[in-house]
Amino acid sequence: MARRTTVRRRPSLWRRLDALSRLAFPAGMMVFGLFMLGLPFGIPGQAEFRPAYAMACVFFWSLYRPQSMPAPVVAIIGLVLDLLGLTPIGLWAVLLLCLHGATVASRRRLIPQSFLMTWAVFIAMSAALSGLGWAGEVAFGMHVLPLRPLAAQIITAAGVYPAVAGFFIRAHRGAAAVELA
Amino acid sequence: MIRLSVPFRQALARLSLPMMLMVSLCLVLIGRADQNFSGHLRASMDDVLAPAYHFVGAPIVAAEHSGGVIGHLFDLQAENEQLQAENATLLQWQAVAMALAAQNNALKASLNYVPAPAPAFFTGDVVADLGGVYARSVLVVLPPSDNDPSAMVGAVAMDGRGVAGRVVEAGTRSARVLLITDLNSHIPVGLGADGSPALMVGTNGSDPALLYWAPGQPPAEGAMVLTSSVGGAFPPGLPVGVVHYNAQNDPVVLPLADLDSLRLLRLFSYANNEPKLTPVPQDAKAAAKHRKH
Repeated sequence: MARRTTVRRRPSLWRRLDALSRLAFPAGMMVFGLFMLGLPFGIPGQAEFRPAYAMACVFFWSLYRPQSMPAPVVAIIGLVLDLLGLTPIGLWAVLLLCLHGATVASRRRLIPQSFLMTWAVFIAMSAALSGLGWAGEVAFGMHVLPLRPLAAQIITAAGVYPAVAGFFIRAHRGAAAVELA
Repeated sequence: MIRLSVPFRQALARLSLPMMLMVSLCLVLIGRADQNFSGHLRASMDDVLAPAYHFVGAPIVAAEHSGGVIGHLFDLQAENEQLQAENATLLQWQAVAMALAAQNNALKASLNYVPAPAPAFFTGDVVADLGGVYARSVLVVLPPSDNDPSAMVGAVAMDGRGVAGRVVEAGTRSARVLLITDLNSHIPVGLGADGSPALMVGTNGSDPALLYWAPGQPPAEGAMVLTSSVGGAFPPGLPVGVVHYNAQNDPVVLPLADLDSLRLLRLFSYANNEPKLTPVPQDAKAAAKHRKH
Protein backbone atom coordinates (compact mmCIF):
# COMPACT_ATOMS: atom_id res chain seq x y z
CA MET A 1 0.00 0.00 0.00
CA ALA A 2 2.01 2.91 -1.30
CA ARG A 3 -0.91 5.24 -0.96
CA ARG A 4 -0.98 5.25 2.82
CA THR A 5 2.25 7.19 2.96
CA THR A 6 1.12 9.89 0.55
CA VAL A 7 -0.86 12.92 1.65
CA ARG A 8 -4.57 12.30 1.33
CA ARG A 9 -6.00 14.55 -1.33
CA ARG A 10 -9.56 15.43 -2.06
CA PRO A 11 -10.73 13.31 -5.00
CA SER A 12 -11.46 15.30 -8.15
CA LEU A 13 -15.00 16.21 -9.10
CA TRP A 14 -15.10 13.71 -11.95
CA ARG A 15 -13.90 10.94 -9.74
CA ARG A 16 -16.52 11.74 -7.15
CA LEU A 17 -19.22 11.82 -9.83
CA ASP A 18 -17.95 8.47 -11.11
CA ALA A 19 -18.12 6.98 -7.61
CA LEU A 20 -21.59 8.43 -7.08
CA SER A 21 -22.92 7.03 -10.34
CA ARG A 22 -21.50 3.61 -9.48
CA LEU A 23 -23.10 3.84 -6.03
CA ALA A 24 -26.46 4.76 -7.58
CA PHE A 25 -26.26 2.11 -10.33
CA PRO A 26 -28.22 -0.67 -8.52
CA ALA A 27 -31.10 1.59 -7.46
CA GLY A 28 -31.13 3.29 -10.87
CA MET A 29 -31.25 -0.02 -12.72
CA MET A 30 -34.05 -1.18 -10.46
CA VAL A 31 -36.23 1.88 -11.03
CA PHE A 32 -35.47 1.77 -14.77
CA GLY A 33 -36.43 -1.92 -14.92
CA LEU A 34 -39.68 -1.32 -13.04
CA PHE A 35 -40.48 1.53 -15.43
CA MET A 36 -39.73 -0.53 -18.54
CA LEU A 37 -41.84 -3.45 -17.28
CA GLY A 38 -44.85 -1.10 -17.39
CA LEU A 39 -44.68 -0.63 -21.17
CA PRO A 40 -47.57 -2.39 -22.88
CA PHE A 41 -45.61 -5.18 -24.55
CA GLY A 42 -48.54 -7.53 -24.11
CA ILE A 43 -46.36 -10.30 -22.67
CA PRO A 44 -48.53 -12.77 -20.75
CA GLY A 45 -47.81 -12.57 -17.04
CA GLN A 46 -46.10 -9.19 -17.36
CA ALA A 47 -47.69 -8.09 -14.09
CA GLU A 48 -45.87 -10.86 -12.21
CA PHE A 49 -42.49 -9.69 -13.50
CA ARG A 50 -42.50 -6.39 -11.62
CA PRO A 51 -42.53 -7.73 -8.03
CA ALA A 52 -40.30 -10.65 -9.09
CA TYR A 53 -37.72 -8.25 -10.55
CA ALA A 54 -37.90 -5.99 -7.48
CA MET A 55 -37.34 -8.96 -5.13
CA ALA A 56 -34.42 -10.26 -7.20
CA CYS A 57 -32.78 -6.80 -7.24
CA VAL A 58 -33.21 -6.17 -3.51
CA PHE A 59 -31.93 -9.66 -2.67
CA PHE A 60 -28.89 -9.49 -4.94
CA TRP A 61 -27.72 -6.00 -4.01
CA SER A 62 -28.46 -6.41 -0.29
CA LEU A 63 -26.33 -9.54 -0.43
CA TYR A 64 -23.34 -8.34 -2.45
CA ARG A 65 -23.37 -4.56 -2.19
CA PRO A 66 -25.54 -3.41 0.74
CA GLN A 67 -24.02 0.11 0.63
CA SER A 68 -25.73 0.60 -2.72
CA MET A 69 -29.08 -0.67 -1.48
CA PRO A 70 -29.69 1.07 1.88
CA ALA A 71 -33.01 0.72 3.69
CA PRO A 72 -34.42 4.15 2.64
CA VAL A 73 -33.86 3.30 -1.04
CA VAL A 74 -35.56 -0.08 -0.55
CA ALA A 75 -38.51 1.63 1.14
CA ILE A 76 -38.87 4.21 -1.66
CA ILE A 77 -38.72 1.52 -4.36
CA GLY A 78 -41.32 -0.53 -2.46
CA LEU A 79 -43.52 2.54 -2.40
CA VAL A 80 -43.06 3.04 -6.15
CA LEU A 81 -44.01 -0.61 -6.66
CA ASP A 82 -47.18 -0.08 -4.62
CA LEU A 83 -48.08 3.03 -6.60
CA LEU A 84 -47.39 1.43 -9.99
CA GLY A 85 -49.47 -1.64 -9.26
CA LEU A 86 -52.72 -1.28 -7.38
CA THR A 87 -51.51 -2.86 -4.13
CA PRO A 88 -52.35 -1.23 -0.77
CA ILE A 89 -49.85 1.58 -0.26
CA GLY A 90 -46.86 0.64 1.90
CA LEU A 91 -47.38 -3.12 1.59
CA TRP A 92 -44.49 -3.82 -0.76
CA ALA A 93 -42.33 -1.27 1.06
CA VAL A 94 -42.71 -3.36 4.23
CA LEU A 95 -42.19 -6.63 2.35
CA LEU A 96 -39.05 -5.48 0.52
CA LEU A 97 -37.64 -4.07 3.78
CA CYS A 98 -38.21 -7.48 5.41
CA LEU A 99 -36.37 -9.13 2.51
CA HIS A 100 -33.57 -6.58 2.80
CA GLY A 101 -33.29 -7.11 6.55
CA ALA A 102 -33.30 -10.90 6.26
CA THR A 103 -30.68 -10.84 3.47
CA VAL A 104 -28.35 -8.45 5.29
CA ALA A 105 -28.67 -10.51 8.48
CA SER A 106 -27.69 -13.74 6.69
CA ARG A 107 -24.99 -12.15 4.50
CA ARG A 108 -22.00 -13.71 6.20
CA ARG A 109 -23.37 -17.22 5.82
CA LEU A 110 -24.75 -16.71 2.29
CA ILE A 111 -21.79 -15.07 0.54
CA PRO A 112 -19.44 -18.11 0.64
CA GLN A 113 -22.19 -20.38 -0.72
CA SER A 114 -22.45 -21.52 -4.33
CA PHE A 115 -24.80 -19.86 -6.80
CA LEU A 116 -27.28 -22.74 -6.65
CA MET A 117 -27.48 -22.40 -2.88
CA THR A 118 -28.13 -18.63 -3.00
CA TRP A 119 -30.72 -19.25 -5.71
CA ALA A 120 -32.48 -21.78 -3.49
CA VAL A 121 -32.42 -19.33 -0.59
CA PHE A 122 -33.83 -16.61 -2.85
CA ILE A 123 -36.64 -18.92 -4.01
CA ALA A 124 -37.53 -19.71 -0.39
CA MET A 125 -37.43 -16.03 0.62
CA SER A 126 -39.41 -14.81 -2.41
CA ALA A 127 -42.01 -17.54 -1.91
CA ALA A 128 -42.42 -16.52 1.74
CA LEU A 129 -42.61 -12.86 0.73
CA SER A 130 -45.17 -13.50 -2.04
CA GLY A 131 -47.24 -15.49 0.44
CA LEU A 132 -47.09 -12.61 2.91
CA GLY A 133 -48.08 -10.20 0.14
CA TRP A 134 -51.03 -12.41 -0.73
CA ALA A 135 -52.06 -12.59 2.94
CA GLY A 136 -51.71 -8.81 3.25
CA GLU A 137 -53.91 -8.16 0.25
CA VAL A 138 -56.48 -10.68 1.48
CA ALA A 139 -56.52 -8.98 4.90
CA PHE A 140 -56.84 -5.48 3.44
CA GLY A 141 -59.26 -6.35 0.67
CA MET A 142 -61.41 -8.52 2.96
CA HIS A 143 -61.91 -11.10 0.23
CA VAL A 144 -60.04 -14.26 -0.68
CA LEU A 145 -57.81 -13.86 -3.72
CA PRO A 146 -57.09 -16.67 -6.17
CA LEU A 147 -53.92 -18.66 -5.52
CA ARG A 148 -52.88 -19.12 -9.13
CA PRO A 149 -51.34 -15.61 -9.54
CA LEU A 150 -49.42 -16.24 -6.33
CA ALA A 151 -47.97 -19.47 -7.74
CA ALA A 152 -47.21 -17.67 -11.02
CA GLN A 153 -45.39 -14.93 -9.13
CA ILE A 154 -43.27 -17.43 -7.18
CA ILE A 155 -42.34 -19.33 -10.35
CA THR A 156 -41.58 -16.07 -12.19
CA ALA A 157 -39.36 -14.90 -9.32
CA ALA A 158 -37.49 -18.21 -9.33
CA GLY A 159 -36.98 -17.99 -13.10
CA VAL A 160 -36.06 -14.30 -13.18
CA TYR A 161 -33.29 -14.51 -10.58
CA PRO A 162 -30.60 -16.32 -12.64
CA ALA A 163 -31.12 -13.93 -15.58
CA VAL A 164 -31.01 -10.86 -13.35
CA ALA A 165 -28.08 -12.22 -11.34
CA GLY A 166 -26.11 -13.05 -14.50
CA PHE A 167 -26.37 -9.43 -15.57
CA PHE A 168 -25.78 -8.01 -12.09
CA ILE A 169 -22.69 -10.13 -11.38
CA ARG A 170 -21.03 -8.39 -14.33
CA ALA A 171 -22.28 -5.02 -13.12
CA HIS A 172 -21.05 -5.84 -9.62
CA ARG A 173 -17.52 -6.15 -11.00
CA GLY A 174 -17.83 -3.24 -13.43
CA ALA A 175 -20.49 -0.54 -13.58
CA ALA A 176 -21.52 -0.76 -9.93
CA ALA A 177 -18.03 -1.23 -8.43
CA VAL A 178 -17.48 1.91 -6.36
CA GLU A 179 -13.91 0.85 -5.49
CA LEU A 180 -12.93 1.08 -9.18
CA ALA A 181 -13.85 4.75 -9.42
CA MET B 1 -20.71 16.29 2.44
CA ILE B 2 -21.44 16.39 6.13
CA ARG B 3 -18.81 14.58 8.14
CA LEU B 4 -20.17 12.38 10.88
CA SER B 5 -18.26 10.49 13.52
CA VAL B 6 -17.83 6.76 12.92
CA PRO B 7 -19.96 5.52 15.87
CA PHE B 8 -22.74 7.94 14.95
CA ARG B 9 -22.67 6.77 11.36
CA GLN B 10 -22.78 3.13 12.47
CA ALA B 11 -25.72 3.81 14.75
CA LEU B 12 -27.49 5.61 11.92
CA ALA B 13 -26.90 2.65 9.57
CA ARG B 14 -28.20 0.23 12.17
CA LEU B 15 -31.27 2.35 12.90
CA SER B 16 -32.24 3.05 9.30
CA LEU B 17 -33.90 -0.32 8.68
CA PRO B 18 -36.19 -0.28 11.76
CA MET B 19 -36.98 3.38 11.13
CA MET B 20 -37.90 2.73 7.51
CA LEU B 21 -40.00 -0.25 8.59
CA MET B 22 -41.85 2.00 11.03
CA VAL B 23 -42.39 4.65 8.33
CA SER B 24 -43.68 2.03 5.88
CA LEU B 25 -46.04 0.53 8.46
CA CYS B 26 -47.31 4.04 9.21
CA LEU B 27 -47.91 4.51 5.48
CA VAL B 28 -49.92 1.29 5.42
CA LEU B 29 -52.04 2.60 8.30
CA ILE B 30 -52.48 6.03 6.70
CA GLY B 31 -53.44 4.33 3.43
CA ARG B 32 -56.04 2.29 5.30
CA ALA B 33 -57.42 5.27 7.20
CA ASP B 34 -57.59 7.66 4.23
CA GLN B 35 -58.36 6.07 0.87
CA ASN B 36 -57.74 9.38 -0.91
CA PHE B 37 -54.13 9.51 0.26
CA SER B 38 -52.93 6.70 -1.97
CA GLY B 39 -55.22 7.88 -4.75
CA HIS B 40 -53.68 11.35 -4.77
CA LEU B 41 -50.13 9.98 -4.58
CA ARG B 42 -50.85 7.56 -7.41
CA ALA B 43 -52.49 10.21 -9.58
CA SER B 44 -49.60 12.62 -9.13
CA MET B 45 -47.07 9.90 -9.95
CA ASP B 46 -49.12 8.85 -12.99
CA ASP B 47 -49.10 12.47 -14.19
CA VAL B 48 -45.31 12.36 -14.19
CA LEU B 49 -45.07 8.86 -15.64
CA ALA B 50 -47.66 9.14 -18.41
CA PRO B 51 -45.66 11.61 -20.61
CA ALA B 52 -42.50 9.58 -19.96
CA TYR B 53 -44.22 6.36 -21.04
CA HIS B 54 -45.68 8.18 -24.03
CA PHE B 55 -42.19 9.30 -25.05
CA VAL B 56 -40.54 5.91 -24.52
CA GLY B 57 -43.40 3.91 -26.03
CA ALA B 58 -43.62 5.98 -29.23
CA PRO B 59 -40.82 4.08 -31.07
CA ILE B 60 -42.46 0.77 -30.14
CA VAL B 61 -45.80 1.89 -31.56
CA ALA B 62 -44.04 3.25 -34.67
CA ALA B 63 -42.17 -0.04 -35.14
CA GLU B 64 -45.42 -1.93 -34.77
CA HIS B 65 -47.08 0.20 -37.43
CA SER B 66 -44.20 0.08 -39.88
CA GLY B 67 -43.73 -3.66 -39.30
CA GLY B 68 -47.40 -4.03 -40.12
CA VAL B 69 -47.03 -2.04 -43.33
CA ILE B 70 -44.14 -4.17 -44.56
CA GLY B 71 -45.91 -7.33 -43.52
CA HIS B 72 -49.06 -6.30 -45.37
CA LEU B 73 -47.18 -5.64 -48.62
CA PHE B 74 -46.88 -9.35 -49.29
CA ASP B 75 -50.55 -10.22 -49.12
CA LEU B 76 -51.86 -6.97 -50.52
CA GLN B 77 -53.70 -8.62 -53.41
CA ALA B 78 -55.55 -11.19 -51.29
CA GLU B 79 -56.39 -8.57 -48.67
CA ASN B 80 -57.72 -6.23 -51.33
CA GLU B 81 -60.08 -8.85 -52.68
CA GLN B 82 -61.25 -9.70 -49.17
CA LEU B 83 -61.83 -6.04 -48.39
CA GLN B 84 -63.80 -5.51 -51.60
CA ALA B 85 -66.03 -8.46 -50.76
CA GLU B 86 -66.47 -7.18 -47.21
CA ASN B 87 -67.19 -3.71 -48.51
CA ALA B 88 -69.97 -4.99 -50.75
CA THR B 89 -71.57 -6.78 -47.79
CA LEU B 90 -71.16 -3.70 -45.61
CA LEU B 91 -72.86 -1.51 -48.23
CA GLN B 92 -75.88 -3.80 -48.04
CA TRP B 93 -75.84 -3.52 -44.26
CA GLN B 94 -75.55 0.25 -44.57
CA ALA B 95 -78.83 0.33 -46.45
CA VAL B 96 -80.40 -1.84 -43.73
CA ALA B 97 -78.97 0.39 -41.00
CA MET B 98 -80.27 3.57 -42.67
CA ALA B 99 -83.73 2.07 -43.01
CA LEU B 100 -83.67 0.96 -39.38
CA ALA B 101 -82.42 4.37 -38.23
CA ALA B 102 -85.28 6.08 -40.08
CA GLN B 103 -87.78 3.63 -38.59
CA ASN B 104 -86.25 4.14 -35.13
CA ASN B 105 -86.53 7.91 -35.46
CA ALA B 106 -90.16 7.61 -36.53
CA LEU B 107 -90.95 5.34 -33.59
CA LYS B 108 -89.13 7.66 -31.16
CA ALA B 109 -91.04 10.65 -32.53
CA SER B 110 -94.35 8.89 -31.99
CA LEU B 111 -93.35 7.96 -28.41
CA ASN B 112 -92.18 11.48 -27.44
CA TYR B 113 -88.82 9.92 -26.64
CA VAL B 114 -86.38 12.11 -24.71
CA PRO B 115 -82.88 11.45 -26.05
CA ALA B 116 -80.09 10.84 -23.56
CA PRO B 117 -77.56 13.68 -23.40
CA ALA B 118 -74.49 13.01 -25.54
CA PRO B 119 -71.52 12.29 -23.31
CA ALA B 120 -68.29 14.28 -23.45
CA PHE B 121 -65.34 12.13 -24.37
CA PHE B 122 -61.58 12.16 -24.56
CA THR B 123 -59.46 9.86 -26.66
CA GLY B 124 -56.20 8.82 -25.10
CA ASP B 125 -53.26 6.57 -25.88
CA VAL B 126 -52.75 3.60 -23.60
CA VAL B 127 -49.14 4.14 -22.59
CA ALA B 128 -48.58 1.63 -19.81
CA ASP B 129 -49.92 -1.67 -18.57
CA LEU B 130 -49.80 -1.07 -14.83
CA GLY B 131 -51.60 -4.00 -13.37
CA GLY B 132 -50.46 -5.83 -10.31
CA VAL B 133 -50.57 -9.54 -9.70
CA TYR B 134 -54.16 -9.23 -8.49
CA ALA B 135 -55.10 -6.10 -10.41
CA ARG B 136 -55.71 -5.25 -14.04
CA SER B 137 -55.33 -1.61 -14.99
CA VAL B 138 -53.87 0.52 -17.76
CA LEU B 139 -52.56 4.08 -17.82
CA VAL B 140 -54.04 6.45 -20.37
CA VAL B 141 -52.40 9.76 -21.26
CA LEU B 142 -54.87 12.63 -21.59
CA PRO B 143 -54.57 15.98 -23.33
CA PRO B 144 -53.73 18.57 -20.67
CA SER B 145 -56.83 20.44 -19.57
CA ASP B 146 -57.84 22.80 -16.81
CA ASN B 147 -60.89 20.77 -15.95
CA ASP B 148 -61.30 19.27 -12.52
CA PRO B 149 -59.55 15.87 -12.79
CA SER B 150 -61.99 14.26 -10.37
CA ALA B 151 -64.73 14.79 -12.98
CA MET B 152 -63.06 12.09 -15.06
CA VAL B 153 -63.28 9.52 -12.26
CA GLY B 154 -66.01 7.06 -13.13
CA ALA B 155 -65.78 7.69 -16.88
CA VAL B 156 -66.45 4.64 -19.04
CA ALA B 157 -63.48 3.50 -21.14
CA MET B 158 -64.19 1.86 -24.49
CA ASP B 159 -61.94 0.73 -27.27
CA GLY B 160 -63.26 0.50 -30.83
CA ARG B 161 -65.47 -2.48 -30.07
CA GLY B 162 -66.70 -2.55 -26.51
CA VAL B 163 -66.39 -1.55 -22.88
CA ALA B 164 -62.86 -2.00 -21.55
CA GLY B 165 -63.22 -0.60 -18.05
CA ARG B 166 -63.78 2.41 -15.90
CA VAL B 167 -61.56 5.29 -14.75
CA VAL B 168 -60.68 4.88 -11.08
CA GLU B 169 -58.07 7.63 -10.71
CA ALA B 170 -57.44 10.70 -12.78
CA GLY B 171 -54.84 13.42 -12.73
CA THR B 172 -54.39 16.41 -14.99
CA ARG B 173 -52.49 14.48 -17.63
CA SER B 174 -53.32 10.84 -17.00
CA ALA B 175 -56.12 8.51 -16.06
CA ARG B 176 -55.96 5.01 -14.67
CA VAL B 177 -58.53 2.60 -16.08
CA LEU B 178 -59.57 -0.44 -14.09
CA LEU B 179 -60.26 -3.15 -16.65
CA ILE B 180 -63.40 -5.30 -16.59
CA THR B 181 -61.21 -8.35 -15.89
CA ASP B 182 -60.02 -6.95 -12.54
CA LEU B 183 -61.18 -8.75 -9.39
CA ASN B 184 -62.77 -5.54 -8.09
CA SER B 185 -64.80 -4.95 -11.24
CA HIS B 186 -68.51 -5.74 -10.74
CA ILE B 187 -70.66 -4.47 -13.60
CA PRO B 188 -74.43 -4.86 -13.86
CA VAL B 189 -75.27 -6.11 -17.35
CA GLY B 190 -78.28 -7.05 -19.41
CA LEU B 191 -78.28 -10.31 -21.39
CA GLY B 192 -79.75 -10.89 -24.80
CA ALA B 193 -82.54 -9.01 -26.51
CA ASP B 194 -84.76 -8.81 -23.43
CA GLY B 195 -81.90 -7.51 -21.25
CA SER B 196 -82.38 -9.98 -18.41
CA PRO B 197 -80.22 -8.75 -15.53
CA ALA B 198 -76.96 -10.32 -14.33
CA LEU B 199 -73.69 -9.21 -12.78
CA MET B 200 -70.39 -9.44 -14.64
CA VAL B 201 -67.55 -10.03 -12.18
CA GLY B 202 -63.85 -9.84 -13.03
CA THR B 203 -61.86 -12.95 -12.15
CA ASN B 204 -58.29 -11.75 -12.81
CA GLY B 205 -58.37 -14.04 -15.85
CA SER B 206 -59.15 -13.09 -19.43
CA ASP B 207 -62.93 -13.72 -19.31
CA PRO B 208 -65.13 -12.21 -16.58
CA ALA B 209 -67.71 -14.47 -14.95
CA LEU B 210 -71.48 -14.00 -15.04
CA LEU B 211 -73.28 -14.19 -11.70
CA TYR B 212 -76.78 -13.63 -10.29
CA TRP B 213 -78.74 -14.31 -13.45
CA ALA B 214 -82.42 -15.12 -12.96
CA PRO B 215 -82.83 -18.71 -11.69
CA GLY B 216 -84.36 -20.99 -14.29
CA GLN B 217 -83.21 -18.69 -17.09
CA PRO B 218 -79.56 -19.47 -17.68
CA PRO B 219 -77.81 -17.10 -20.09
CA ALA B 220 -77.88 -18.44 -23.64
CA GLU B 221 -74.61 -19.23 -25.35
CA GLY B 222 -73.77 -16.45 -27.79
CA ALA B 223 -76.19 -13.94 -26.24
CA MET B 224 -75.07 -10.30 -26.43
CA VAL B 225 -74.00 -8.72 -23.13
CA LEU B 226 -74.78 -5.00 -22.78
CA THR B 227 -74.27 -2.69 -19.81
CA SER B 228 -77.29 -2.00 -17.66
CA SER B 229 -78.10 1.20 -15.81
CA VAL B 230 -78.87 -0.67 -12.58
CA GLY B 231 -76.92 1.04 -9.80
CA GLY B 232 -76.29 4.12 -11.91
CA ALA B 233 -72.63 3.46 -12.58
CA PHE B 234 -72.97 2.75 -16.30
CA PRO B 235 -75.28 4.06 -18.99
CA PRO B 236 -77.47 1.33 -20.48
CA GLY B 237 -76.80 -0.42 -23.76
CA LEU B 238 -73.03 -0.22 -24.22
CA PRO B 239 -71.68 -3.40 -25.83
CA VAL B 240 -69.53 -5.50 -23.46
CA GLY B 241 -69.23 -8.99 -24.92
CA VAL B 242 -70.81 -12.30 -25.72
CA VAL B 243 -71.92 -15.11 -23.37
CA HIS B 244 -69.87 -18.28 -23.55
CA TYR B 245 -69.80 -21.45 -21.46
CA ASN B 246 -66.27 -22.37 -20.38
CA ALA B 247 -64.82 -25.84 -19.75
CA GLN B 248 -66.35 -25.94 -16.25
CA ASN B 249 -69.75 -25.17 -17.83
CA ASP B 250 -69.91 -21.79 -16.09
CA PRO B 251 -71.18 -18.83 -18.10
CA VAL B 252 -68.45 -16.26 -18.81
CA VAL B 253 -68.32 -13.15 -20.96
CA LEU B 254 -65.96 -13.02 -23.93
CA PRO B 255 -65.17 -9.28 -23.99
CA LEU B 256 -65.48 -7.50 -27.32
CA ALA B 257 -62.67 -5.11 -26.35
CA ASP B 258 -59.20 -6.37 -27.14
CA LEU B 259 -58.01 -6.17 -23.52
CA ASP B 260 -54.61 -7.78 -24.09
CA SER B 261 -53.39 -5.19 -26.55
CA LEU B 262 -55.20 -1.94 -25.87
CA ARG B 263 -53.72 0.99 -27.76
CA LEU B 264 -56.39 3.67 -27.80
CA LEU B 265 -59.24 4.21 -25.37
CA ARG B 266 -62.14 6.62 -25.50
CA LEU B 267 -63.19 7.86 -22.08
CA PHE B 268 -66.85 8.88 -21.91
CA SER B 269 -67.86 10.90 -18.89
CA TYR B 270 -71.61 10.69 -18.62
CA ALA B 271 -73.65 13.32 -16.87
CA ASN B 272 -73.85 12.45 -13.22
CA ASN B 273 -77.61 12.57 -12.78
CA GLU B 274 -78.33 8.99 -11.85
CA PRO B 275 -79.00 8.01 -8.24
CA LYS B 276 -75.77 7.28 -6.44
CA LEU B 277 -76.11 3.67 -5.41
CA THR B 278 -72.49 2.83 -6.19
CA PRO B 279 -70.63 5.94 -5.08
CA VAL B 280 -67.12 6.56 -6.30
CA PRO B 281 -65.03 6.88 -3.10
CA GLN B 282 -63.15 10.00 -4.20
CA ASP B 283 -66.23 11.92 -5.27
CA ALA B 284 -67.63 12.97 -1.92
CA LYS B 285 -64.38 14.18 -0.41
CA ALA B 286 -63.19 15.87 -3.59
CA ALA B 287 -66.46 17.76 -3.79
CA ALA B 288 -66.13 18.77 -0.14
CA LYS B 289 -62.60 20.03 -0.77
CA HIS B 290 -63.71 22.12 -3.73
CA ARG B 291 -66.39 23.74 -1.70
CA LYS B 292 -63.78 24.80 0.85
CA HIS B 293 -61.49 26.53 -1.69
